[in-house]
Amino acid sequence: MFVVAVLFNEFIPLAVLFLLQLPFVFVAGVKREFLRSLRGAAFFATIIFVFNFVFGYFYQTYGGESLLEYSLTMSLRFLVLVESFSIFFLTTSPDHLGLALEQSRVPYEFTFAFTTAVRFVPVLAEEAQTIMDAQKARGLELERGNFLKRVRNYIPILIPLIVSAIRRSLELAETMESRAWGASPKRTNLYVLKMKLGDLVLVALTVAFLALGVYVRYFVSIPSLTQLIPGFFF
Amino acid sequence: MIEVKDVRFTYPTGVEALKGVSLTIGDGEFVAIMGQNGAGKTTLVKHFNGLLKPAKGVVLVDGVSTKDVSVAKLARTVGFVFQNPDHQLFSETVEEEIAFGLRNFGFDAATIEKRVTWALNLLDLEEYRKTSPFMLSGGERKRVALASVLAWDPKIVILDEPTIGQDHRQKENLRQFIVHLNSQGKTVVVVTHDVEFVAECSPRVVLMTGGEIVADGEAKKILTDTALTLRASIVPPQVTRIFLGLKDFGLPSDVIDVSEAKRLLVDYLRGG
Repeated sequence: MFVVAVLFNEFIPLAVLFLLQLPFVFVAGVKREFLRSLRGAAFFATIIFVFNFVFGYFYQTYGGESLLEYSLTMSLRFLVLVESFSIFFLTTSPDHLGLALEQSRVPYEFTFAFTTAVRFVPVLAEEAQTIMDAQKARGLELERGNFLKRVRNYIPILIPLIVSAIRRSLELAETMESRAWGASPKRTNLYVLKMKLGDLVLVALTVAFLALGVYVRYFVSIPSLTQLIPGFFF
Repeated sequence: MIEVKDVRFTYPTGVEALKGVSLTIGDGEFVAIMGQNGAGKTTLVKHFNGLLKPAKGVVLVDGVSTKDVSVAKLARTVGFVFQNPDHQLFSETVEEEIAFGLRNFGFDAATIEKRVTWALNLLDLEEYRKTSPFMLSGGERKRVALASVLAWDPKIVILDEPTIGQDHRQKENLRQFIVHLNSQGKTVVVVTHDVEFVAECSPRVVLMTGGEIVADGEAKKILTDTALTLRASIVPPQVTRIFLGLKDFGLPSDVIDVSEAKRLLVDYLRGG
């Protein structure tokens, strides 16, 4: 999905892609988290829109209406990218990801670093919240002040957080070593990922989808929205 | 003065931590909030400085609702010492650490200087003035955290599980210190499940379980009430447990203080 999205510059195909991914969201049952990630993305999407619009206007590569469409399209493309990443991360547990990486013969040190990092994100987030509470209780105002002051106010939060993260990782290393981590190059896993028929089908479908995307991009001309609906925007 | 009026609070995870709690703590009181883990003690005291706002009901600190004021402003009156000092320590020197709160509240440089020295001496930390807090031992870090909160002289001091991880001598020092604070007119609220510690200080005890207050009164009365302690899943102090088993010998069972226990036993053994 990601690759196909980058292929396109036109509105309609991107809109199609956006809608295509939605069923996945419902199937996986991650509607709420998905909406949350979209909300975060909306901020950047607006920035992209504004930048494209403003710079496009000044360089006058496009006319008035199609400029609007172009900017919208770029924002939409960004949303599609975010969507596909978001679905990927929301549906794949870090354990499975780690397993997949490991079974693809990536050295275990790297996969472990990756899964551990992901696993500790919520832990660190909660700790950050506690630290914020503790510093607020000492008079730290996090909501007021101009931008520069606010950034500086986060130092009392970041430092304890980083110190605790480092301390935790050292403790983790000790506990792991006490349990013979790294003693033998061979590791057996409790769960083993196997390629099932469904997986093969999905891979085939993905390849086919990609091929279709490339074809459409280079061999089929898609009318832009402004051509289709004159006066759509103004 | 802290007034808690029928407060209900549920965490975003869905856990209903406070189910209609009402309480009044007057100025200069010494209160221990007790109960087993999950009873709602920390949740309750976090309402006192506005870190948590009640979903229903209201919390008034000196007549002002916590919903109307920011945590930073409330902190001027209500000092909160967190359980884990490492959640607060971040400065280069102990001196800086203690000055942090003072700076936030806008004290002028001369006052800050004085207060820092005062706080350092209060907690016996003058020798560590220029040391990095991260180089200190666990007990010393706790003292730094405590000093940094006391520096701005809040009227009310809340200590969340101050005895955790402390050896006996440190606990004893802390106990004396808390009593000293209270004798200076400060309102002291200690959240703890350390029954022995409470037995030695004998404050007013507010016992909680399952998000509700089940008892509020003298330490002696509450810690020796077996039905109550059973309900709140706390174990009475050792001294009490001994005397509860000696009822048949005509000895009183509402004993929590070690010296009183000794006196009673000595009297009894002498044939009284």
